[in-house]
Amino acid sequence: MSALAYTILDSTTMLRRNLRRLARYPSLTLIVIGMPLVFLLLFVYVFGGQLGHGLDGGLAGGHRGRAGYLNYVSPGILIMTVAATVQGTAIVVAMDMTGGIIDRFRTMAIARASVLTGHVLASLIQALASIAIVLGVAVALGFRPNPSPVEWLATLGVLALFTLALVWLSTALGLAAKSVETASNTPMFLTLLPFLGSGFVPTDTMPSGLREFAKYQPLTPVTETVRGLLTGTPIGNTNGTAAIAWSLGIAAASYLWARHLYNHHAPR
Amino acid sequence: MTRTAAPAVEASRVCKSFGEMVVLDGIDLTVAEGTIFALLGPNGAGKTTMVRILSTLIPADSGHLRVAGRDVISDPDGVRAAIGVTGQFSAVDELFTGEENLRLMADLNHLGRIAGRRRVAELLDRFDLVDAAGKPVSRYSGGMRRRLDLAMTLVGSPRVIFLDEPTTGLDPRSRRTVWQSIRDLVAGGITIFLTTQYLDEADQLSDRIAVLDHGRIVAEGTPGELKRRIPGGHIRLHFAAPGTLDAAASLLDVASRDEEGLVLQVPSDGSAASVRGLLNQLDNARLDVEHLSIHTPDLDDVFFAVTGHLSTEEVALT
Repeated sequence: MSALAYTILDSTTMLRRNLRRLARYPSLTLIVIGMPLVFLLLFVYVFGGQLGHGLDGGLAGGHRGRAGYLNYVSPGILIMTVAATVQGTAIVVAMDMTGGIIDRFRTMAIARASVLTGHVLASLIQALASIAIVLGVAVALGFRPNPSPVEWLATLGVLALFTLALVWLSTALGLAAKSVETASNTPMFLTLLPFLGSGFVPTDTMPSGLREFAKYQPLTPVTETVRGLLTGTPIGNTNGTAAIAWSLGIAAASYLWARHLYNHHAPR
Repeated sequence: MTRTAAPAVEASRVCKSFGEMVVLDGIDLTVAEGTIFALLGPNGAGKTTMVRILSTLIPADSGHLRVAGRDVISDPDGVRAAIGVTGQFSAVDELFTGEENLRLMADLNHLGRIAGRRRVAELLDRFDLVDAAGKPVSRYSGGMRRRLDLAMTLVGSPRVIFLDEPTTGLDPRSRRTVWQSIRDLVAGGITIFLTTQYLDEADQLSDRIAVLDHGRIVAEGTPGELKRRIPGGHIRLHFAAPGTLDAAASLLDVASRDEEGLVLQVPSDGSAASVRGLLNQLDNARLDVEHLSIHTPDLDDVFFAVTGHLSTEEVALT
């Protein structure tokens, strides 16, 4: 068998291992899915009535008040779901790196990339499943996305690419952490970013300074692209390209950082 | 045992420092194929660092290393394919059952479905884990965990096995079970490189012992050769009064004397005959011994004999 075939075989073994670990540790998945769901309910039912009235009719998908806000915030909540699930990635990576089994893997003749690839693929699957669950809850509350089949595929593509970027970033953060506790805190800033962008309110309503940050930070073009694809709001000329460019850039830089950390793992 | 074959482990002039701290300072050692080699030393002597270097986990700063005929630096994957490592920290997946852990190793060793199942069943049986096979490892005892760890190391049929303190923290019964497993391995032609802080463990198991102290090998030989360098055991006699201590000291062949603690140390092999002889001598002189203890040689004695200092700094200060 070729080196590539071994890499695929070992990565598949590691993916199976990580999916089984996630299944054995369901409380972690529940916590990371729970957070975006709580924010969805909180923002739609507590703040949504008021916030909906301030929304431009186009952004609210033609609805008014609470129903309009649900339409606006649901894509933002999907982006928050990605940011929340990757916190779990950092935790499981750090659990592995601080335990004894990683030294066993390192002293075996297995494809070197397979340990991290297994983590990344398992987290990607976990995050996409979480997105599906959160989207299901939003639909149950009355969210009515109306994309064409091609737009559905594009939505999936943009979300998957963005998730891959944050999963690699979180993998690197998990590798950089000296303990599982640190790893559970460092990716926390990611769940704040949807608030400091277009996740919950349009960036135009923010004061100068914050507005510029919110407009140009990477989550905003991703949110705007997903919102446009799902609800038909204007995506704009640059948001689609910016979403893909940010995702590819973060994925590539984080991958290189994670690989460096893994290859130069500090001896215990 | 074929002495003509290439050694299983060869290391020459191996040095390693972490920052300012020199951990290994010119280690030379050779382990013949099919033998058990013990690296004996106290905590902090550099034993684990040596194992981590030989098992390709961390690079040495300088020196030459070959394991199973492969160069550790230029062919790490060749080394990894030939070795098995059981570290000090249990290298098992806590969330998996014993059987799932072994199956994971079978998959990573590319054994294939049928051969993998057969190997897993055989190892579960051999390490007495059949009943616990379906239980999660988090519910295993320390001894079971260590046996599973060793079984996982064996899935890939390694030719050289590194065991870093294989019995530290185990109760005496589990310790003997692990010892027996190690002996069985060598009978199958595998080479074992183990580290330990227990002289009796090195003595029980190994063909050759190297004593490591502050990053240097201070003595090497068969257990018999090393023990001949130890002054042997002694009997400690505690007296009630300084006068009795003086009288006994003039009567006996004393190795050391502690005026404040009122203790004399007399060389002895610890046999009943020598104890009886000693007590008779004291009885005849009408000297009362308050308390007596027999001391058999341990790591501290080996250390004292080969380095002139005790194995731990705390002890050396008292």
